[in-house]
Amino acid sequence: MIPAAFEYYRPTDMAGVIALLQEHGDDARVIAGGHSLIPMMKLRMAEVPHLIDLQAIDGLNGIAISDGTITIGAMVTQHEIINSAEMEATAPIMKEAALQIADPQVRYMGTVGGNVANGDPGNDMPGLMQCLNAQFHLVGPDGDRVVDARDFYEAAYMTDREDEEVLTAVSFTAPAGGFAYEKQKRKIGDYATAAAAVQISKEGGKVSAASIAMTNLSDTPVWSEDAGAALVGTACDEAAVKAAVTAMLDDIDPTEDNRGPVAFKRHAASIVLGRAIARAWSRA
Amino acid sequence: MSNKMHVKLNVNGEDHEFLAEPRELLIYALREKLNITGPHVGCETSHCGACTVTMNGKSVKSCTVFVAQANGAEVTTIEGLGTPDALHVLQENFKEHHGLQCGFCTPGMITRAAKLLEENPNPTEEDVRFGIAGNICRCTGYQNIVKSILSAASELNASKEAAQ
Ligand SMILES: Cc1cc2nc3c(=O)[nH]c(=O)nc-3n(C[C@H](O)[C@H](O)[C@H](O)COP(=O)(O)OP(=O)(O)OC[C@H]3O[C@@H](n4cnc5c(N)ncnc54)[C@H](O)[C@@H]3O)c2cc1C
Ligand code: FES
Ligand code: FES
Repeated sequence: MIPAAFEYYRPTDMAGVIALLQEHGDDARVIAGGHSLIPMMKLRMAEVPHLIDLQAIDGLNGIAISDGTITIGAMVTQHEIINSAEMEATAPIMKEAALQIADPQVRYMGTVGGNVANGDPGNDMPGLMQCLNAQFHLVGPDGDRVVDARDFYEAAYMTDREDEEVLTAVSFTAPAGGFAYEKQKRKIGDYATAAAAVQISKEGGKVSAASIAMTNLSDTPVWSEDAGAALVGTACDEAAVKAAVTAMLDDIDPTEDNRGPVAFKRHAASIVLGRAIARAWSRA
Repeated sequence: MSNKMHVKLNVNGEDHEFLAEPRELLIYALREKLNITGPHVGCETSHCGACTVTMNGKSVKSCTVFVAQANGAEVTTIEGLGTPDALHVLQENFKEHHGLQCGFCTPGMITRAAKLLEENPNPTEEDVRFGIAGNICRCTGYQNIVKSILSAASELNASKEAAQ
């Protein structure tokens, strides 16, 4: 388990990071918590001749909440999300999801930026960010830009981010209503067999808005617009939940792997979504 | 081969400086360069927690940290918690409650448990089980580990109260 050799850099400002990314192109990558990248490098599934550590860059840390917008610096860890009382008060789905990621040691190191930039369909934050309609903030040689989480993922490990760009933060409007992050996994520390992120708003006993995203059931996260729409205007009764699950099943495209065959994954997806909707509705 | 770099680490309160390739894993720097062999290599794939140390206040799997990333860090290993003559409360309680059998997982388990109790001095049984979920034990079935940690927590709290 010895990774290929690399040059290591620890720049102290973003200009330094971008200059290195420009100089080395495909041969360079940033490292945040390293808990996706290092395992890949140890397996030699990733070779990174120039490794740029983000730990000394200012401005990538911290959670800011103002005017109903939550901004999370790319280097904020899952452990920090779980322990932020402000985050729990304004977007409790973040804590519920983060507690289901990996194990304590991994959560001290794994960052939000790394989790969403990685592009691994197994990561939990991308689907969650799509459920919350988050924005990803990128900086590159040509300046800053913002991409919707719902437009960011192209295929496994392929995202809209250019090689010379760094993700600096994610932001979203504080969600309203009830929430749930439901994940089926084989054991603690495992990636999802199926997971669902759900936010539901209620008015006059009816669903007024719903957002549903699924994890590890396609080569990208899947925000199912139709599944959410199937709930709106209903009392979230059995028929409505069934319609939402059917709509979701039309949007996912799981493949067989060591977590099970396709039919099992579709079954697991139906169950987790049913549970997530029930929990979100009960909290709405 | 890449060039070696100067690495500075403070381990268990002592400063060390050595040359290492950036790709060297922290666990090997500790074990093979510094002869600090408490943290073990169980899986080398970030799953078992036998290599757990505290780095800059976080419980980390030292098989999943490049020594280059750790440059400048403060690290605590099991050696920094207690000594054979003066066991840490957790070590006493693991001994008392049979919290170990072969002992392979124990250094990582206790290092993790120490951080857990620092962050949550009054854990429930569920908190303990969830808090050590990153550490695998192949012998004990965990019951006695949980018992040991809960008992250490009460002992620590009792001595804190006595001091007040
Ligand atoms: C045992 C184990 C279990 C795990 N279980 C889960 C799980 O259940 N769910 C889950 O979601 N994750 C899981 N993970 C992954 C973990 O959450 C990772 O920490 C996370 O996916 C990546 O975050 P990181 O900070 O470690 O990123 P790194 O590993 O440092 O980086 C990952 C990738 O993103 C890129 N990157 C990182 N930061 C940026 C940035 N700011 N801008 C641009 N690119 C960037 C890197 O170049 C790299 O390609 C697990 C990991 C382990 C070891
Ligand atoms: S050796 Fe590091 S987690 Fe197993
Ligand atoms: S005591 Fe043997 S692995 Fe835990």
